[in-house]
Amino acid sequence: MKFLQFVGASVRIALTGSKRYYAWLLACLTVTFVGFYYYAYQLEHGLIITGMRDQVSWGSYIANFTFFVGVAAAAVMIVIPAYLYHVTEFKPVTLLGEMLAASALIMCIAFVMIDMGRPDRVWHLLPIIGKPNFPVSLLTWDVIVLSGYLCINLFIPGYMLYSVYHHQEASKKILLPFTYLSMPWAVSIHTVTAFLYCGLVSRPVWNTALMAPRFLATAFAAGPALIIIIIQIVRKYTPYGSPGAQFEIRNETIYKIANIVVVALLISLFFTFSELFTIFYSAGAHKAAMAYLYLGFDGHPSVLTPFIWGSLVMNVVAAIILLIPRLRKNLLTLNLACCLLFVGIWVEKGMGTVLPAFIPSPLGEIWEYWPSNPEALISLGVWGLGALVFTMLAKIAIQIETGAVSR
Amino acid sequence: MATPDRTPARPTPEPRPMTLQPASSSSRPVSRRDFLRRVGQGSAAFAVTTMVPTDFLQMPKIFTQEDFTWKHFVEMTDAEKQQRVQELEELYRKRFNDDRISIATTPAKEGVLWGYALNIGKCVGCRRCVKACVGENNQSRDPEIEWIRVLELEKGTMDLDESHHYYNPKEVPDEEHYYMPVQCQQCENPPCVKVCPTTATWQEKDGIVVVDYNWCIGCRFCLAACPYFARRFNWGEPTWNGNLNPHMHYLGNRPRFKGVMEKCTFCIQRSREGHYTACVEACPVGARKFGNLLDPQSEIRQLIAAKRVFRLKEEAGTHPKFFYFTD
Repeated sequence: MKFLQFVGASVRIALTGSKRYYAWLLACLTVTFVGFYYYAYQLEHGLIITGMRDQVSWGSYIANFTFFVGVAAAAVMIVIPAYLYHVTEFKPVTLLGEMLAASALIMCIAFVMIDMGRPDRVWHLLPIIGKPNFPVSLLTWDVIVLSGYLCINLFIPGYMLYSVYHHQEASKKILLPFTYLSMPWAVSIHTVTAFLYCGLVSRPVWNTALMAPRFLATAFAAGPALIIIIIQIVRKYTPYGSPGAQFEIRNETIYKIANIVVVALLISLFFTFSELFTIFYSAGAHKAAMAYLYLGFDGHPSVLTPFIWGSLVMNVVAAIILLIPRLRKNLLTLNLACCLLFVGIWVEKGMGTVLPAFIPSPLGEIWEYWPSNPEALISLGVWGLGALVFTMLAKIAIQIETGAVSR
Repeated sequence: MATPDRTPARPTPEPRPMTLQPASSSSRPVSRRDFLRRVGQGSAAFAVTTMVPTDFLQMPKIFTQEDFTWKHFVEMTDAEKQQRVQELEELYRKRFNDDRISIATTPAKEGVLWGYALNIGKCVGCRRCVKACVGENNQSRDPEIEWIRVLELEKGTMDLDESHHYYNPKEVPDEEHYYMPVQCQQCENPPCVKVCPTTATWQEKDGIVVVDYNWCIGCRFCLAACPYFARRFNWGEPTWNGNLNPHMHYLGNRPRFKGVMEKCTFCIQRSREGHYTACVEACPVGARKFGNLLDPQSEIRQLIAAKRVFRLKEEAGTHPKFFYFTD
């Protein structure tokens, strides 16, 4: 009964607000609806409406999926300082981080669902009623770790907010074990996702032990960069985190998160360099795909070449900005760097990692992929869905945490 | 020898004309020879495609005839298999207007392990095997699906990255080239089976890797895992132009659906009834050999013993049961 009251209040918070709030929801809903519309079109005609074919059988959907698993995992970079090292100023940020993780996970699940040829048979993955190939297939592991992480990231903030709503003390005995569990679990979701790729003997370019470490490094750069942007938006438009408020998030805290970003970014750049050296100097079996990506072939740049070089430039520029203390501690340049590396890593991790494994094909065919318009709009729709879910979750969290709404 | 069909096989399904043309017209297969520069075309295509599709709004047909009681093939009892097959036969007979349609569930025979050997010294690259396979196994005509791909290679190299997939000379064989047909290698250690999240694909006792078309969820993990590009996905609703082979096997050439995987099954509907596969019978130069690896007297065993054989990508550890040899 008390739980139902909490849920009811949450729904009320999510669905009511200022005109600006409604306008934002409407914008998100519109993008989501367009995506949904084209998804219905895809259900009717099949994945033939996408740019994918047998040669390049995973495209925009799986590329985005990979990236957002990273965003979801990155919440741990806020939780670890807050709960293992007791950096108390990070605690107000953890709430936003967990909401972001939950929203990113919902996006991941959506991206996988829209990529399936037969989503009506998704129950074949479940135990008892289905026939999951556990533990041999890494995809069954991914189902477990992603849904588990989603539950953890809904439970922890949910329980905390529930307690605040009912003016109770949240039990540390319940909260702490799950908080500690969320740390290795965050690492696991991105490791398993990397293992999906690096475990395939058919795709030499994926066959690198650096895959999981590199995924984590890029995730821990892109995720906290997004959190830095979100903090500033939340601070500006809500009472949460603003100066003098109960849950103040000061600029110093943001700069500390920026430190995490720059270290992760430098490690990821080092990994990229290490990967490129190994592949191009040894010039072995891995080279064909990387050469296609970075150099094109037969003297022509490939479709991906300008993107991957652009991404490299963006990441390097962002790293330089973040390394200079005067620029890192200036919100304008800091935000610029965050945006640059967010886009840079999105390109590198999505199309830069997923696509080249298919080009050339295992039989040496060069077949270039570009997402079709419906495919791009469906992907965009999932972004809209993610923004919508995050906005609502964040609003619920802020209103209850600040005591604006309570029992 | 003249090529029976001079248009090069393009197993890449091209989208049918619909109210909306996806940008995939700019993603046609390109061989190393006829590579087109397409940088910037994507954005041009984006501007063209602003029409809104509405034809799907009437009644989305995402569900096939199956329901939630439909079990995985290996979990069905014989009676359940019989019932499913009857239902399917009725459905197909009505849908394709052909009373001859029958669906077998013939199991693997004891003491049989199928193996294949291909003489690349003899193969002339005519692609008759490809055509025979499409006809026998009811591959979709549009979108076009072909399980066999014949590679044209320059003499002096076996680098697949240098192979031509869409070669189209007036006559084959071409003096400067040799040919290497590739299809499912029926690996003893199949990576596609390992990665399937729903066990919708598995290896039968006679070594054939099959797909349960009613269990596959279409995630395409197996396609990514196959080192031989042997698996095909039904990107759109398959069509047959009225050329349906009525002699079917549940795990083989029965009509597939949109959104599921398919692959070579060594013509399971033929081999399990004691016939050669369609590609073996179609080969005009006798380059293709098929038989029981467990029978020491079989032609395939004799060939493996007598000839210098090799297997494709042996370093991948997949242990194919598909051997290549030359005289």
